[in-house]
Amino acid sequence: MPHDIDDPHSQPHSHLPSDPVLRVRALETILTRKGLIDPAALDEIIDTYENHIGPQNGARVVARAWAEPEFREALLADADTVLAKLDLNGRQGEHVVVVENTPARHNMVVCTLCSCYPWPLLGIPPGWYKSDAYRARAVREPRKVLAEFGVTLPAEVAVRVWDSTAEVRYLVLPMRPAGTEGWSVEALERLVSRDSMIGTGLALQPDDAAARGAQR
Amino acid sequence: MSRLHDMGGRYGDGQIEPEAEDAPVFSEEWHARALAVTLACGSLGQWNIDISRHARERLSPVDYTRFSYYEKWMAALANLLVEQGVLSREDLLDAPGIVSEGASEGEPPAKAHPLSPRRLAAQKVAGMLAAGGPADRASAVEVRFQPGDRVRTRRSANTLVDGGHTRLPTYASAAQGVILRQHGSHVLPDCNAHSLGEAPEPLYAVVFEAGALWTHAEHPGDEVVLDLWQSYLEPV
Repeated sequence: MPHDIDDPHSQPHSHLPSDPVLRVRALETILTRKGLIDPAALDEIIDTYENHIGPQNGARVVARAWAEPEFREALLADADTVLAKLDLNGRQGEHVVVVENTPARHNMVVCTLCSCYPWPLLGIPPGWYKSDAYRARAVREPRKVLAEFGVTLPAEVAVRVWDSTAEVRYLVLPMRPAGTEGWSVEALERLVSRDSMIGTGLALQPDDAAARGAQR
Repeated sequence: MSRLHDMGGRYGDGQIEPEAEDAPVFSEEWHARALAVTLACGSLGQWNIDISRHARERLSPVDYTRFSYYEKWMAALANLLVEQGVLSREDLLDAPGIVSEGASEGEPPAKAHPLSPRRLAAQKVAGMLAAGGPADRASAVEVRFQPGDRVRTRRSANTLVDGGHTRLPTYASAAQGVILRQHGSHVLPDCNAHSLGEAPEPLYAVVFEAGALWTHAEHPGDEVVLDLWQSYLEPV
Protein backbone atom coordinates (compact mmCIF):
# COMPACT_ATOMS: atom_id res chain seq x y z
CA MET A 1 0.00 0.00 0.00
CA PRO A 2 1.92 2.99 -1.25
CA HIS A 3 -0.21 5.46 0.70
CA ASP A 4 0.05 3.85 4.07
CA ILE A 5 2.79 3.19 6.54
CA ASP A 6 1.63 0.09 8.34
CA ASP A 7 4.07 0.20 11.21
CA PRO A 8 3.08 3.19 13.33
CA HIS A 9 6.53 3.26 14.89
CA SER A 10 8.07 3.87 11.51
CA GLN A 11 6.13 7.07 10.89
CA PRO A 12 8.46 10.09 10.87
CA HIS A 13 6.44 11.96 13.51
CA SER A 14 7.42 9.34 16.09
CA HIS A 15 10.95 10.85 16.09
CA LEU A 16 9.63 14.06 17.67
CA PRO A 17 9.29 14.54 21.44
CA SER A 18 6.10 13.02 22.83
CA ASP A 19 5.03 16.07 24.83
CA PRO A 20 2.89 18.10 22.42
CA VAL A 21 4.31 21.40 23.65
CA LEU A 22 7.86 20.25 22.90
CA ARG A 23 6.74 18.62 19.70
CA VAL A 24 5.40 21.85 18.25
CA ARG A 25 8.39 23.81 19.50
CA ALA A 26 10.73 21.26 17.94
CA LEU A 27 9.07 21.51 14.55
CA GLU A 28 8.98 25.28 14.71
CA THR A 29 12.67 25.36 15.66
CA ILE A 30 13.81 23.02 12.91
CA LEU A 31 11.79 24.80 10.26
CA THR A 32 12.92 28.22 11.42
CA ARG A 33 16.58 27.21 11.35
CA LYS A 34 16.19 25.92 7.84
CA GLY A 35 14.66 29.18 6.74
CA LEU A 36 11.32 27.53 5.93
CA ILE A 37 9.10 29.44 8.32
CA ASP A 38 9.23 32.90 9.81
CA PRO A 39 8.14 33.04 13.47
CA ALA A 40 6.83 36.55 12.85
CA ALA A 41 4.47 35.10 10.23
CA LEU A 42 3.20 32.61 12.82
CA ASP A 43 2.52 35.48 15.23
CA GLU A 44 0.63 37.25 12.47
CA ILE A 45 -1.55 34.21 11.73
CA ILE A 46 -2.34 33.75 15.42
CA ASP A 47 -3.14 37.43 15.91
CA THR A 48 -5.49 37.31 12.92
CA TYR A 49 -7.57 34.47 14.34
CA GLU A 50 -7.39 35.58 17.95
CA ASN A 51 -8.29 39.19 17.35
CA HIS A 52 -9.61 39.92 13.89
CA ILE A 53 -11.43 37.00 12.30
CA GLY A 54 -14.15 35.44 14.42
CA PRO A 55 -17.92 35.08 14.92
CA GLN A 56 -18.33 38.85 15.00
CA ASN A 57 -17.89 38.73 11.19
CA GLY A 58 -20.73 36.26 10.75
CA ALA A 59 -22.90 38.16 13.23
CA ARG A 60 -22.57 41.31 11.15
CA VAL A 61 -23.75 39.45 8.06
CA VAL A 62 -26.69 37.83 9.87
CA ALA A 63 -27.83 41.08 11.48
CA ARG A 64 -27.74 42.83 8.15
CA ALA A 65 -29.70 40.00 6.54
CA TRP A 66 -32.37 40.46 9.22
CA ALA A 67 -32.49 44.20 8.72
CA GLU A 68 -32.26 44.41 4.93
CA PRO A 69 -34.51 42.10 2.87
CA GLU A 70 -32.57 42.71 -0.35
CA PHE A 71 -29.29 41.83 1.32
CA ARG A 72 -30.86 38.67 2.75
CA GLU A 73 -32.14 37.56 -0.65
CA ALA A 74 -28.77 38.19 -2.31
CA LEU A 75 -26.98 36.34 0.47
CA LEU A 76 -29.21 33.27 0.21
CA ALA A 77 -29.02 33.28 -3.59
CA ASP A 78 -25.25 33.75 -3.96
CA ALA A 79 -23.31 34.21 -0.75
CA ASP A 80 -19.91 34.21 -2.46
CA THR A 81 -20.64 37.38 -4.43
CA VAL A 82 -22.04 39.17 -1.39
CA LEU A 83 -19.22 38.09 0.93
CA ALA A 84 -16.52 38.98 -1.60
CA LYS A 85 -17.81 42.57 -1.64
CA LEU A 86 -17.47 42.64 2.15
CA ASP A 87 -13.98 41.07 2.11
CA LEU A 88 -15.42 38.14 4.07
CA ASN A 89 -14.28 35.35 1.80
CA GLY A 90 -10.83 33.75 1.89
CA ARG A 91 -9.15 30.75 3.42
CA GLN A 92 -11.63 28.02 4.45
CA GLY A 93 -14.44 30.18 3.17
CA GLU A 94 -13.79 30.26 -0.55
CA HIS A 95 -17.24 28.80 -1.29
CA VAL A 96 -20.04 29.62 1.12
CA VAL A 97 -23.71 28.69 1.18
CA VAL A 98 -26.03 30.36 3.70
CA VAL A 99 -28.97 28.26 4.86
CA GLU A 100 -31.95 29.89 6.50
CA ASN A 101 -33.86 28.69 9.52
CA THR A 102 -37.63 28.99 9.25
CA PRO A 103 -40.55 28.09 11.53
CA ALA A 104 -40.65 24.76 9.64
CA ARG A 105 -36.94 23.92 9.37
CA HIS A 106 -33.86 24.15 11.59
CA ASN A 107 -30.41 23.84 10.01
CA MET A 108 -27.29 22.59 11.74
CA VAL A 109 -23.73 22.15 10.45
CA VAL A 110 -21.12 19.47 11.14
CA CYS A 111 -18.06 18.00 9.46
CA THR A 112 -18.04 14.28 10.22
CA LEU A 113 -14.78 13.61 8.35
CA CYS A 114 -12.63 16.40 9.77
CA SER A 115 -13.45 19.92 10.95
CA CYS A 116 -14.58 22.01 7.95
CA TYR A 117 -15.95 25.35 9.12
CA PRO A 118 -16.41 28.83 7.58
CA TRP A 119 -13.28 30.50 8.94
CA PRO A 120 -13.73 33.99 7.45
CA LEU A 121 -17.16 34.23 9.07
CA LEU A 122 -16.74 32.32 12.33
CA GLY A 123 -12.99 32.03 12.88
CA ILE A 124 -11.38 28.86 14.22
CA PRO A 125 -13.96 26.24 15.29
CA PRO A 126 -14.54 25.67 19.01
CA GLY A 127 -13.25 22.46 20.58
CA TRP A 128 -16.63 20.73 20.69
CA TYR A 129 -17.12 21.21 16.93
CA LYS A 130 -13.92 19.22 16.37
CA SER A 131 -14.74 16.60 19.02
CA ASP A 132 -15.42 12.96 18.23
CA ALA A 133 -18.76 13.17 20.03
CA TYR A 134 -20.11 16.02 17.89
CA ARG A 135 -18.76 14.59 14.64
CA ALA A 136 -20.16 11.14 15.41
CA ARG A 137 -23.57 12.12 16.73
CA ALA A 138 -24.73 15.28 14.93
CA VAL A 139 -25.84 13.36 11.84
CA ARG A 140 -27.50 10.47 13.67
CA GLU A 141 -29.21 12.13 16.62
CA PRO A 142 -29.20 15.89 16.05
CA ARG A 143 -32.05 16.47 18.51
CA LYS A 144 -30.21 14.84 21.38
CA VAL A 145 -27.15 16.87 20.47
CA LEU A 146 -29.22 20.05 20.40
CA ALA A 147 -30.61 19.19 23.82
CA GLU A 148 -27.06 19.12 25.16
CA PHE A 149 -26.77 22.72 23.95
CA GLY A 150 -30.02 23.55 25.72
CA VAL A 151 -32.09 23.69 22.53
CA THR A 152 -35.35 21.77 22.27
CA LEU A 153 -37.20 21.99 18.99
CA PRO A 154 -40.91 21.28 18.57
CA ALA A 155 -41.57 17.97 16.79
CA GLU A 156 -43.07 19.79 13.80
CA VAL A 157 -39.81 21.61 13.08
CA ALA A 158 -37.73 19.47 10.71
CA VAL A 159 -34.00 19.30 11.33
CA ARG A 160 -31.66 19.40 8.36
CA VAL A 161 -28.02 18.60 9.16
CA TRP A 162 -25.37 19.74 6.69
CA ASP A 163 -22.31 17.50 6.68
CA SER A 164 -19.51 19.62 5.13
CA THR A 165 -17.88 17.03 2.92
CA ALA A 166 -16.51 19.39 0.24
CA GLU A 167 -14.88 22.83 0.13
CA VAL A 168 -18.30 24.45 0.47
CA ARG A 169 -18.75 26.01 3.89
CA TYR A 170 -22.17 26.48 5.46
CA LEU A 171 -23.44 29.32 7.61
CA VAL A 172 -26.83 29.12 9.31
CA LEU A 173 -29.00 32.22 9.14
CA PRO A 174 -30.91 31.95 12.43
CA MET A 175 -34.46 33.24 12.84
CA ARG A 176 -34.74 36.83 13.93
CA PRO A 177 -36.05 37.05 17.49
CA ALA A 178 -39.48 38.55 18.04
CA GLY A 179 -39.64 41.99 19.59
CA THR A 180 -36.69 43.40 17.66
CA GLU A 181 -38.64 45.39 15.09
CA GLY A 182 -36.87 48.58 14.19
CA TRP A 183 -33.58 47.63 15.89
CA SER A 184 -30.37 48.85 14.31
CA VAL A 185 -27.99 46.40 12.67
CA GLU A 186 -25.51 47.06 15.49
CA ALA A 187 -28.10 46.18 18.13
CA LEU A 188 -29.19 43.07 16.23
CA GLU A 189 -25.58 41.86 15.98
CA ARG A 190 -25.51 41.36 19.72
CA LEU A 191 -28.28 38.77 19.43
CA VAL A 192 -26.29 36.60 17.04
CA SER A 193 -24.29 33.97 18.89
CA ARG A 194 -21.64 31.80 17.26
CA ASP A 195 -23.65 28.68 18.03
CA SER A 196 -26.73 30.14 16.35
CA MET A 197 -24.71 30.36 13.12
CA ILE A 198 -23.62 26.71 13.42
CA GLY A 199 -27.17 25.71 14.27
CA THR A 200 -26.45 24.33 17.73
CA GLY A 201 -28.03 27.42 19.23
CA LEU A 202 -30.74 29.94 18.52
CA ALA A 203 -30.37 33.69 18.31
CA LEU A 204 -30.56 35.35 21.71
CA GLN A 205 -33.80 36.90 22.84
CA PRO A 206 -33.75 40.64 23.55
CA ASP A 207 -33.90 39.88 27.29
CA ASP A 208 -30.96 37.42 27.08
CA ALA A 209 -28.88 40.00 25.28
CA ALA A 210 -29.66 42.61 27.90
CA ALA A 211 -28.68 40.15 30.61
CA ARG A 212 -25.51 39.24 28.78
CA GLY A 213 -24.62 42.90 28.29
CA ALA A 214 -25.24 43.64 31.96
CA GLN A 215 -22.78 40.93 32.98
CA ARG A 216 -19.94 42.63 31.18
CA MET B 1 -11.57 1.08 3.40
CA SER B 2 -12.12 1.87 7.03
CA ARG B 3 -10.50 4.72 8.88
CA LEU B 4 -11.15 6.25 12.23
CA HIS B 5 -11.75 9.78 10.97
CA ASP B 6 -14.93 8.56 9.24
CA MET B 7 -16.96 8.72 12.44
CA GLY B 8 -20.40 9.96 11.38
CA GLY B 9 -23.08 7.90 13.13
CA ARG B 10 -20.65 6.13 15.45
CA TYR B 11 -21.83 5.08 18.92
CA GLY B 12 -20.08 5.45 22.23
CA ASP B 13 -18.56 8.93 22.15
CA GLY B 14 -20.54 10.30 25.05
CA GLN B 15 -21.86 13.79 25.64
CA ILE B 16 -20.85 16.98 23.90
CA GLU B 17 -19.17 19.56 26.07
CA PRO B 18 -20.26 22.97 24.78
CA GLU B 19 -17.92 25.89 25.43
CA ALA B 20 -18.80 29.43 26.38
CA GLU B 21 -19.05 31.77 23.42
CA ASP B 22 -16.23 33.87 24.83
CA ALA B 23 -13.86 30.98 25.56
CA PRO B 24 -10.34 31.60 24.21
CA VAL B 25 -9.90 30.78 20.51
CA PHE B 26 -6.93 28.58 21.44
CA SER B 27 -7.28 26.84 24.78
CA GLU B 28 -3.49 26.21 24.87
CA GLU B 29 -0.75 28.36 23.44
CA TRP B 30 0.72 25.39 21.59
CA HIS B 31 -2.58 24.91 19.74
CA ALA B 32 -2.09 28.34 18.21
CA ARG B 33 1.52 27.55 17.26
CA ALA B 34 0.46 24.20 15.78
CA LEU B 35 -2.16 25.85 13.59
CA ALA B 36 0.21 28.61 12.52
CA VAL B 37 3.13 26.26 11.71
CA THR B 38 0.77 24.11 9.64
CA LEU B 39 -0.55 27.08 7.66
CA ALA B 40 2.94 28.50 7.13
CA CYS B 41 4.22 25.14 5.88
CA GLY B 42 1.31 24.93 3.47
CA SER B 43 2.75 28.00 1.78
CA LEU B 44 5.86 26.02 0.82
CA GLY B 45 3.60 24.56 -1.88
CA GLN B 46 4.63 20.93 -1.44
CA TRP B 47 1.12 19.56 -0.97
CA ASN B 48 -2.54 20.46 -1.43
CA ILE B 49 -5.42 20.47 1.07
CA ASP B 50 -6.50 16.95 0.11
CA ILE B 51 -3.02 15.51 0.62
CA SER B 52 -2.88 17.25 3.95
CA ARG B 53 -6.29 15.88 5.07
CA HIS B 54 -5.31 12.42 3.96
CA ALA B 55 -2.07 12.69 5.94
CA ARG B 56 -4.13 13.17 9.13
CA GLU B 57 -6.55 10.39 8.24
CA ARG B 58 -3.85 7.80 7.66
CA LEU B 59 -2.14 8.25 10.97
CA SER B 60 -2.17 4.80 12.50
CA PRO B 61 -5.42 4.03 14.35
CA VAL B 62 -3.47 3.92 17.61
CA ASP B 63 -2.09 7.42 17.05
CA TYR B 64 -5.34 8.83 15.63
CA THR B 65 -7.16 7.73 18.75
CA ARG B 66 -4.67 8.86 21.35
CA PHE B 67 -3.80 12.22 19.78
CA SER B 68 -5.78 15.35 20.50
CA TYR B 69 -6.87 17.47 17.56
CA TYR B 70 -3.75 19.56 17.09
CA GLU B 71 -1.47 16.62 17.89
CA LYS B 72 -2.95 14.97 14.80
CA TRP B 73 -2.07 18.08 12.84
CA MET B 74 1.50 18.05 14.11
CA ALA B 75 2.04 14.36 13.47
CA ALA B 76 0.62 14.58 9.96
CA LEU B 77 2.74 17.66 9.26
CA ALA B 78 5.94 15.95 10.40
CA ASN B 79 5.10 12.93 8.23
CA LEU B 80 4.36 15.09 5.20
CA LEU B 81 7.53 17.14 5.59
CA VAL B 82 9.58 13.96 5.47
CA GLU B 83 7.52 12.20 2.79
CA GLN B 84 7.75 15.22 0.50
CA GLY B 85 11.47 15.54 1.07
CA VAL B 86 11.32 18.91 2.83
CA LEU B 87 12.97 17.49 5.95
CA SER B 88 14.79 14.26 6.65
CA ARG B 89 14.23 11.86 9.52
CA GLU B 90 17.60 12.98 10.85
CA ASP B 91 16.32 16.55 10.94
CA LEU B 92 13.47 15.42 13.19
CA LEU B 93 15.76 13.34 15.37
CA ASP B 94 17.88 16.43 15.96
CA ALA B 95 14.89 18.22 17.39
CA PRO B 96 15.19 17.30 21.08
CA GLY B 97 18.74 18.70 21.17
CA ILE B 98 17.56 21.93 19.69
CA VAL B 99 14.76 22.17 22.20
CA SER B 100 17.15 21.65 25.09
CA GLU B 101 19.00 24.78 23.93
CA GLY B 102 15.77 26.39 24.98
CA ALA B 103 15.10 28.80 22.16
CA SER B 104 13.87 29.00 18.62
CA GLU B 105 16.93 31.13 17.95
CA GLY B 106 19.48 28.44 16.98
CA GLU B 107 22.41 28.76 14.65
CA PRO B 108 21.86 29.85 11.08
CA PRO B 109 21.56 26.94 8.66
CA ALA B 110 24.80 25.81 7.02
CA LYS B 111 23.35 26.32 3.56
CA ALA B 112 20.06 27.66 2.33
CA HIS B 113 17.22 25.15 1.99
CA PRO B 114 16.04 25.02 -1.62
CA LEU B 115 12.51 25.89 -0.49
CA SER B 116 13.49 28.84 1.68
CA PRO B 117 12.62 31.36 -1.09
CA ARG B 118 9.03 30.16 -0.61
CA ARG B 119 9.00 30.96 3.08
CA LEU B 120 5.82 32.80 4.11
CA ALA B 121 6.81 36.28 5.23
CA ALA B 122 4.83 38.04 7.95
CA GLN B 123 3.71 40.76 5.55
CA LYS B 124 2.30 38.11 3.18
CA VAL B 125 0.05 36.48 5.78
CA ALA B 126 -2.98 38.73 5.26
CA GLY B 127 -2.85 38.22 1.51
CA MET B 128 -2.44 34.45 1.87
CA LEU B 129 -5.44 34.17 4.19
CA ALA B 130 -7.58 36.45 2.02
CA ALA B 131 -6.76 34.57 -1.18
CA GLY B 132 -7.44 31.11 0.24
CA GLY B 133 -7.47 28.22 -2.18
CA PRO B 134 -10.67 28.02 -4.19
CA ALA B 135 -11.55 24.48 -5.32
CA ASP B 136 -13.93 25.31 -8.16
CA ARG B 137 -12.59 24.61 -11.63
CA ALA B 138 -13.81 24.52 -15.20
CA SER B 139 -14.55 20.91 -16.11
CA ALA B 140 -15.18 18.99 -19.28
CA VAL B 141 -17.32 16.51 -17.37
CA GLU B 142 -20.93 17.00 -18.36
CA VAL B 143 -23.48 17.74 -15.64
CA ARG B 144 -25.52 14.58 -15.25
CA PHE B 145 -28.04 15.47 -12.56
CA GLN B 146 -30.54 18.23 -11.90
CA PRO B 147 -32.13 19.29 -8.61
CA GLY B 148 -34.93 16.84 -7.79
CA ASP B 149 -33.21 13.85 -9.42
CA ARG B 150 -33.04 10.70 -7.31
CA VAL B 151 -29.57 9.24 -6.90
CA ARG B 152 -27.79 6.46 -5.08
CA THR B 153 -24.28 6.79 -3.65
CA ARG B 154 -21.58 4.28 -4.47
CA ARG B 155 -20.07 2.15 -1.74
CA SER B 156 -17.61 4.26 0.22
CA ALA B 157 -15.12 1.37 0.35
CA ASN B 158 -14.64 1.57 -3.41
CA THR B 159 -12.08 4.34 -3.37
CA LEU B 160 -10.12 5.31 -6.44
CA VAL B 161 -6.88 4.37 -4.70
CA ASP B 162 -6.88 1.30 -2.47
CA GLY B 163 -7.02 2.53 1.12
CA GLY B 164 -7.17 6.01 -0.30
CA HIS B 165 -8.91 9.27 0.39
CA THR B 166 -12.56 9.97 -0.28
CA ARG B 167 -15.13 12.46 0.96
CA LEU B 168 -17.99 9.98 0.91
CA PRO B 169 -18.62 8.99 4.54
CA THR B 170 -19.44 5.37 5.25
CA TYR B 171 -22.79 6.22 6.85
CA ALA B 172 -23.96 7.66 3.51
CA SER B 173 -22.64 4.74 1.51
CA ALA B 174 -25.01 3.02 -0.95
CA ALA B 175 -27.86 5.29 0.18
CA GLN B 176 -30.64 6.91 -1.83
CA GLY B 177 -31.09 10.65 -1.82
CA VAL B 178 -32.22 13.58 -3.95
CA ILE B 179 -30.13 16.27 -5.65
CA LEU B 180 -30.78 19.51 -3.79
CA ARG B 181 -28.46 21.94 -5.56
CA GLN B 182 -25.48 22.12 -7.88
CA HIS B 183 -22.23 23.69 -6.72
CA GLY B 184 -20.53 23.87 -10.13
CA SER B 185 -17.44 21.73 -10.67
CA HIS B 186 -14.82 21.17 -7.98
CA VAL B 187 -11.47 19.42 -7.64
CA LEU B 188 -12.01 15.71 -6.91
CA PRO B 189 -10.31 14.96 -3.56
CA ASP B 190 -10.15 11.22 -4.24
CA CYS B 191 -7.71 11.99 -7.05
CA ASN B 192 -6.01 15.14 -5.79
CA ALA B 193 -5.08 13.62 -2.42
CA HIS B 194 -2.86 11.16 -4.25
CA SER B 195 -1.21 13.68 -6.59
CA LEU B 196 -3.09 12.16 -9.52
CA GLY B 197 -4.42 15.50 -10.74
CA GLU B 198 -7.37 17.67 -9.86
CA ALA B 199 -9.87 15.89 -12.14
CA PRO B 200 -12.63 18.45 -11.48
CA GLU B 201 -16.20 17.26 -11.88
CA PRO B 202 -19.70 18.43 -10.94
CA LEU B 203 -20.42 18.68 -7.21
CA TYR B 204 -23.90 18.51 -5.70
CA ALA B 205 -25.59 18.97 -2.36
CA VAL B 206 -27.59 15.75 -1.94
CA VAL B 207 -30.35 15.46 0.66
CA PHE B 208 -31.09 12.17 2.42
CA GLU B 209 -34.04 11.40 4.63
CA ALA B 210 -32.83 10.30 8.04
CA GLY B 211 -34.66 7.02 7.46
CA ALA B 212 -32.51 6.36 4.36
CA LEU B 213 -29.36 6.48 6.50
CA TRP B 214 -30.32 5.02 9.87
CA THR B 215 -32.30 1.92 10.74
CA HIS B 216 -33.96 3.73 13.61
CA ALA B 217 -34.04 7.39 12.63
CA GLU B 218 -34.25 9.78 15.56
CA HIS B 219 -37.15 11.72 14.07
CA PRO B 220 -39.23 11.25 10.90
CA GLY B 221 -38.83 14.11 8.46
CA ASP B 222 -35.33 15.05 9.56
CA GLU B 223 -32.68 15.12 6.86
CA VAL B 224 -28.94 15.08 6.28
CA VAL B 225 -27.30 16.91 3.37
CA LEU B 226 -23.87 15.97 2.03
CA ASP B 227 -21.79 17.55 -0.71
CA LEU B 228 -21.01 14.74 -3.15
CA TRP B 229 -19.14 14.54 -6.43
CA GLN B 230 -20.82 13.24 -9.54
CA SER B 231 -18.69 10.08 -9.67
CA TYR B 232 -20.00 9.15 -6.20
CA LEU B 233 -23.54 9.02 -7.61
CA GLU B 234 -25.62 6.93 -9.92
CA PRO B 235 -29.18 7.60 -11.06
CA VAL B 236 -32.04 5.69 -9.45
